Amino acid sequence: MNTAALRGASYADVRMVAQRSRALTTKNGKVGSASDAESVGMSVRVIADGAWGFAASAELGRGAVEATAAEAVAIAQASSRVKRENVRLAPEKPVVAGWSTPYKIDPFTISVEQNIDLLLRIDAELRSVAGITLAETNLNFHREEQWFLSSEGADIQQTKLSTGTGYAAYAFAGNEIQKRSYPNSFGGQWQNKGYELVEELMLVENARRIAEEAVALHKADQCPEGKFDIILDSSQLGLQIHESIGHPIELDRVLGMEANFAGTSFLTLDKLRKLRYGSDLVNVVADARQEHGPGLGTFGFDDEGVAAQCTPIISHGLFTGYLSSRETAHTIGAARSGGTLRAEGWNRLPMIRMTNVSLLPGEKPLTLEQLIASTDHAILVQTNRSWSIDDKRYNFQFGCEIGWEIKNGKRVRMVKNPSYSGITTEFWNSLDAVCSRAEWTLWGTPNCGKGQPQQVMGTGHGAAPARFRGVKVGTAFLGN
Amino acid sequence: MLTHEQAGDVFDRIRKLSSADEVEVLFSGGRFALTRFANNTIHQNVAEQNHGVSVRTVFGGRTARATTNKFDSESLGQVVRSSESLARVQHPDPDLLPMPRPEQAGEAAVGGGRSGSLPSRHFEETAAITPELRAEAVRKIVGIAEPRQLTTAGVFASGESFEGIFNSRGLSRWHTQTSAEVSVTMQAADSSGWQKANSPDVTRVDPLGLAEIAANKALESAHPGEIPAGKYTVILEPAAALDIVGFMFWDYAGMAILDQRSFLTGRIGSKLFGENVTIWDDVTHPLQAGTPYDGEGMSREPVELVRNGVVKRVVYARATAERMRRSEYKDKVGPIAATGHGFPLPNEMGEMPLNIVFAPVNDPQTVEQMIASTERGVLVTRLWYIREVEPFEKMLTGMTRDGTFLIENGRVRGGLRNFRFNESLIRMLCNVESMSVPVRAAGEESFEMVVPAMKVCDFNFTEVTKF
Repeated sequence: MNTAALRGASYADVRMVAQRSRALTTKNGKVGSASDAESVGMSVRVIADGAWGFAASAELGRGAVEATAAEAVAIAQASSRVKRENVRLAPEKPVVAGWSTPYKIDPFTISVEQNIDLLLRIDAELRSVAGITLAETNLNFHREEQWFLSSEGADIQQTKLSTGTGYAAYAFAGNEIQKRSYPNSFGGQWQNKGYELVEELMLVENARRIAEEAVALHKADQCPEGKFDIILDSSQLGLQIHESIGHPIELDRVLGMEANFAGTSFLTLDKLRKLRYGSDLVNVVADARQEHGPGLGTFGFDDEGVAAQCTPIISHGLFTGYLSSRETAHTIGAARSGGTLRAEGWNRLPMIRMTNVSLLPGEKPLTLEQLIASTDHAILVQTNRSWSIDDKRYNFQFGCEIGWEIKNGKRVRMVKNPSYSGITTEFWNSLDAVCSRAEWTLWGTPNCGKGQPQQVMGTGHGAAPARFRGVKVGTAFLGN
Repeated sequence: MLTHEQAGDVFDRIRKLSSADEVEVLFSGGRFALTRFANNTIHQNVAEQNHGVSVRTVFGGRTARATTNKFDSESLGQVVRSSESLARVQHPDPDLLPMPRPEQAGEAAVGGGRSGSLPSRHFEETAAITPELRAEAVRKIVGIAEPRQLTTAGVFASGESFEGIFNSRGLSRWHTQTSAEVSVTMQAADSSGWQKANSPDVTRVDPLGLAEIAANKALESAHPGEIPAGKYTVILEPAAALDIVGFMFWDYAGMAILDQRSFLTGRIGSKLFGENVTIWDDVTHPLQAGTPYDGEGMSREPVELVRNGVVKRVVYARATAERMRRSEYKDKVGPIAATGHGFPLPNEMGEMPLNIVFAPVNDPQTVEQMIASTERGVLVTRLWYIREVEPFEKMLTGMTRDGTFLIENGRVRGGLRNFRFNESLIRMLCNVESMSVPVRAAGEESFEMVVPAMKVCDFNFTEVTKF
């Protein structure tokens, strides 16, 4: 920071990050991959001549660090050649603090043998079902230590720990590949927790059922096409929130800063506190605080030293808040950043990312079975298989692994290849029931891509199963 | 940047630290910088230097990998110990082969490929790009946007990288490359246009030319009309064609066949696509980029994947080829041989072709000629958020973006609101009426390829969005 100041920076912050990860996978009775990785480095972010510069290096010697700081300032000065106005940062009282992810069992202390044994037991259970042609399992552990210091006086040390695990069973027969996953697709469940997450998920106990469902899908009817009421299970609803609420509320997208790659947003600034985003039952928060739960978006401080916060995003259906940063807060008249700036690692620039963007559970007690029992005719869809949404986040289409037709309060048949589509605000305004806290799960999305160079970030999404009225179902197969 | 010689010294230190039967070390890293602009201003501007060393050890058929970006003695010792302790507790893998010796890796074969010698992919002019040079290019792009009341966003990135592999059987390979990339979006009140290009050689990337095309697209698609969803003749510009066809190449892998997750299972040797579709994987092609060897150091050989619509074969890592020879599929998959397309071991995906080249057709048509011969259709600049809906018929969904136009009576009539498509890639490649000369194209959904623009009939749009 001294070098940056001497070179002309009006603001500087430094992040030193050490990351460690372990990834274990199995496939059809064999270990697929077994790897440990660590990455250590530092970055300097500066404002000079009213513009941003950023440089990062894996070299931590004095000379390399000073050169990195000098490079950041030189880059900022180059940036200033093409600027309209000076960068403005919302004020933030600098803090000296530490924070760590609470956990019961450090996953790195569990032996690799024990982990592989667990994965192979799951694998054997999946493949014991006739018709399963491919079984895949995974376990992932990640630890990140970060030191953040700023020229304003912030000095924050954080240690974040996350665990992810899941599996998938594939059944290939005829001209069809069907798949079921547990507890979620694309890597399973991920949370900021220790190994206790693995113990909570009842992985082995659910394997046979999952495999049997994958095989049974071959004999199931194709999901019907038309307008139906639908019930989304909590994991699919978590992804629905991610794509059709989480991304549109990112203020950098709204302001056009992501226009070339991730896209923009239909949530233009004039819609704040005016747009009826959803029905009265839709209450959404962006909550990075530990009390919200162990989501992948839970932390003590964001990557520019702003403490974790809870921001109301949709309150009884009304759009009430964006995800913001120190640079963007002023555009919505906020006196302070919402604390959402995060970077993938030491070598990436922090940017606005979802924290835990969650649909709050219904206040009246309601289980999934009670919701089904109160439904005349609907399709219950479970576990995401495909997801796609336009670059302003209006039109979406999701495919799921399995569906169930509900008639007169009962599941009457399994259906395969369920899909549904819609327009974001029309969809959320059609919500007419949300299950209560007992059905609410804080899901982890470990693979959210954004930015150039692209950064992959973990986000959290709490959801309980919910019902939506009159949704287009089966569009994915229309005309095919 | 780390040199081949310096990496060799590091490898020697690692080898002495290890008691494993075999040791393999991968090196990667370099310098990378990216200037990002939006709202006609530079808003993000970054640079990084990094390097990694990844150690794979083998004990009696057991293998594992550990990676670090620290090169001091203590860290190298730790990464060796991590790799060894992980490897020792693995179950023996009966499919694991001894590491390749240099003569097995076919180093001499590189340069003898279909397209001739491997061209240099390291350009001093690209390596020397400065923040000031990138900022100056951005200033000129903004200079194209502002007089037309457009708002521009995009990137100008540049870098210099190395990749190397050494193993304890004497293999030692090194590759350096530079890269330059420009992507430009131009936004008007209710429309937008986009262009992107990259190359190891910055002189082949024309930022202002890209900006001009993107600006014209934004202006010409202003006040977009809406036509109903349905089946249309579409003209996919190369970037759009690249992004959609890229979704099938994971399946052109021996491991995908063995796993029964490939749409080619039971279909190799059959005519799956139109007569005009011939596809190679060819790292030596002059418009291609990338490392000429795979994750074990085997030379990437040019492979003809599809000839005149018939799927001829898939690519193989060494161990996958051995497994395939012993499998029930061995007589149904065409030639079986290690082709130099494996991922670093251990992995569960096997291999994949990464240097796709569409062969030129005898009667190429320019995009303008395709438009002129179209009575009613849709011109697509770019596709977005493509995902697989159904894996065996290769049903894909996605959106059009940043320049979608109505064609009537051989002329572009104006912009259209964007569509969602749900289309089988197999059917689409049966319906290609004409193609342009293949070019190096870059998108956001798939890796870079040498691919033509395509005119496709009966392309299935299922919905229209709000803009």
